[in-house]
Amino acid sequence: MLQGLAGNAKAYQAFLQRLAGHLRAFFRRRLFQCPQDVEDLVQETLLAVHNQRHTYEPDQPLTAWVHAIARYKLIDLLRRRATHEALHEPLDEASELFAESDATAYETHHDLNKLLDMLPDKQRIPIIAVKLQGRSVSDVAARTGMSESAVRVGIHRGIRKLAACFRERNTS
Amino acid sequence: MKTDDLINLLSTAAEPVAPHTGARRVARAMAWSFPVAVVLMLAVLGLNPALGAYSRLPMFWLKFLAPLSMAMAGLVLLERLGRPGMPVRKIWVVYLLPVAVLWAVGLGSWVTAPVEARPALLYGLTWSICPACIAMLSVPFFMAAFWVLRGMAPGSPRLAGAGAGGLAGAAGATLYALHCPELGAPFMAVWYVLGMAIPVVCGALLGRRLLRW
Repeated sequence: MLQGLAGNAKAYQAFLQRLAGHLRAFFRRRLFQCPQDVEDLVQETLLAVHNQRHTYEPDQPLTAWVHAIARYKLIDLLRRRATHEALHEPLDEASELFAESDATAYETHHDLNKLLDMLPDKQRIPIIAVKLQGRSVSDVAARTGMSESAVRVGIHRGIRKLAACFRERNTS
Repeated sequence: MKTDDLINLLSTAAEPVAPHTGARRVARAMAWSFPVAVVLMLAVLGLNPALGAYSRLPMFWLKFLAPLSMAMAGLVLLERLGRPGMPVRKIWVVYLLPVAVLWAVGLGSWVTAPVEARPALLYGLTWSICPACIAMLSVPFFMAAFWVLRGMAPGSPRLAGAGAGGLAGAAGATLYALHCPELGAPFMAVWYVLGMAIPVVCGALLGRRLLRW
């Protein structure tokens, strides 16, 4: 994580990879009634860890920081759910039982690709090209006519925006 | 998209992050809110004309230093509230300690005063405007503190809002002490504390709406 904060992408990726495993176990234990939410919450928490990494200082145990974020996201989800369900009382419990099949249980609710579609071009195109297709920033800049810093800014803003899209989707 | 794709996406966006973002944000917030509040105080209320003579009275210093020390603790509190998982209980106690001192001194002065002198000690001449003036002077600090927290990640939005209000109220009361003509300890124990509590309550109520992330 510390190396990630310093900009070491490899170390950061390994950290996020391990973190995802811990988060999955953490949320699965607490959300055994709705396993379909687990992967959503893992992704939302990873995004929050990334977007809020400036709030971590080395004077604090990393576990305490991550745990507080995971806990916040879990409570946030449950609270939104509770308000939502209070407004929309389920009509028929029995039909709900068969509404969801086991195969979808551990896949995410929202397709992140669909969330990406909600972003403006100048954020979406760099994210897809650089992050998902693995092109270099300079390559994408040359192809799209954007400056390299515009590509970087687009990616940065796009990732922040994704977190917001996540939250909106979770409520609706 | 699978979680692994998201991780790849995030790890390639790992620009280095500068340390002490929270502390720098607090400093920047105070750099604009403090002058605004001072101007507001001088324009609307003005300095106490007898401030020179007051500076030789211990009661003035109690009235000035109690909220000032709360504001100092409030700065530390604010920075911590913005960071997930930071312990804040001790710093809350430090923040509230001057209130206990105000109450103790106020109560002591109340019980030792003759009965007919008590209303003057409690109400002074300005009790009806004191809490509102403190709340008014706290507004710039309140906005600044919320701005700090909105750029951070408060683990408990309601508590963080209350903390932001706590800093704002104490800072507002410190400035108001430079205008306020009152010297009765029971006055401070009641009306100053009430004035400082107004932004705390507002902060707790607004925190849930404005400080989610």
